[in-house]
Amino acid sequence: MNQNLIDYTLHLADTTLILAQRNSEWCGHGPILEQDIAITNISLDLIGQSRNFYQYAAALINLPITIGTANNPADLATEDSLAYLRTEREFKNLLLVEQPNVDWGQTILRQFYFSVYQLYLFQQLQNCKDEQLAAIATKALKEITYHVRWSSEWVIRLGDGTAESHQRMLAAIEELKNYTGEFFIAAGYETPMGIDFALLKQQWEEKTKAVFEEATLPYPEKTFNQSGGKTGTHTEHLGYILAEMQYLQRTYPGAEW
Amino acid sequence: MVTAANISAQPVWQILATVTDPEVPVLTILDLGIVRDVNMVDGQVQVTITPTYTGCPAMDMISMNIRLALIENGYSNIKITTVLSPAWTTDWMSEEGKQKLQQYGIAPPNAKQAVCTPDSFQEEEAIQCPLCKSYNTKMISQFGSTACKSLYQCNECKEPFDYFKCH
Ligand SMILES: [Zn+2]
Repeated sequence: MNQNLIDYTLHLADTTLILAQRNSEWCGHGPILEQDIAITNISLDLIGQSRNFYQYAAALINLPITIGTANNPADLATEDSLAYLRTEREFKNLLLVEQPNVDWGQTILRQFYFSVYQLYLFQQLQNCKDEQLAAIATKALKEITYHVRWSSEWVIRLGDGTAESHQRMLAAIEELKNYTGEFFIAAGYETPMGIDFALLKQQWEEKTKAVFEEATLPYPEKTFNQSGGKTGTHTEHLGYILAEMQYLQRTYPGAEW
Repeated sequence: MVTAANISAQPVWQILATVTDPEVPVLTILDLGIVRDVNMVDGQVQVTITPTYTGCPAMDMISMNIRLALIENGYSNIKITTVLSPAWTTDWMSEEGKQKLQQYGIAPPNAKQAVCTPDSFQEEEAIQCPLCKSYNTKMISQFGSTACKSLYQCNECKEPFDYFKCH
């Protein structure tokens, strides 16, 4: 069993699931109907990605079990058991994605930081030696392209918008500035994946700087990086997300509709 | 190459031609180009499909509808496999499918082109209004009623319409 590959796949799955869950809080509350639909569509794309990763992780976890003879189906990992029955310390998502929505500006900035990171990371994963991760990444890049466009345009629109929207973007920059460094700090299980973190960082900074400039926003100076999400040490926010997301399966195990 | 397996798969293709997309019921799954392969192996029907969009919630239902259609037609040993690679593209949609979409009121996808890039505020593609056929249209939102569509409006006849976006 390749534990590094399983952990890495779960990290990708958890990150996309938690961001989807956060974005979906906007459902019915978006600033205008079209943008409510946009952010929830992005959630749907992210849930699709997380399902692909969870299904693959489950297959990897079950591999040694299915070779055995007596299988109790309840013992097998599934996409649902991985999403709904793991604890906070087992989740490997990036800290950025669990941060609260606060307002439209912070939601947009969080999505923008993440989508740009995902774009360049998945471009590398396309050529990953693991065929299934490469296939999931190749497929996801198509929708990520739209996410980058949409979130960049909103950063520019809000940054270079009214005095209030500019002010809110400044607040969002301040709030999120310590949560992007974690992108480029490799967890133990990431090391064997062959990701070029230096290149990733360079591409990410280039793109985010260009958009910030167009948005007339100051580029945040790096002082301190929060990290630990990739290995299960989270901010206080994740527990609340999981409590809400997992409530039904925890209370009524195996419930279906 | 015509082999015994191919010949016995022919009726299966005909059954698959009756399975439609639950969200765009005017399109069959063959029009969409998501059926990648059909094989008969030791009495088992093996159908390989590929999802359109990663997050398309219709895929589970499509898979179930394929199974139901095959069962209705007397097949019992069925295996449906989903593959991600090569990734589906709107270029795989049949010409007939594109015409059906337009008649249904959804602008069919343009050929995959430069517009599928992450650059912001790019010039929008010229999308033809499926109702009055004018190219004088504007995008209202990149994201529409389902993951595969954007929302447009026609400047001539004023009708809003869905565009099946290039992917
Ligand atoms: Zn028109």
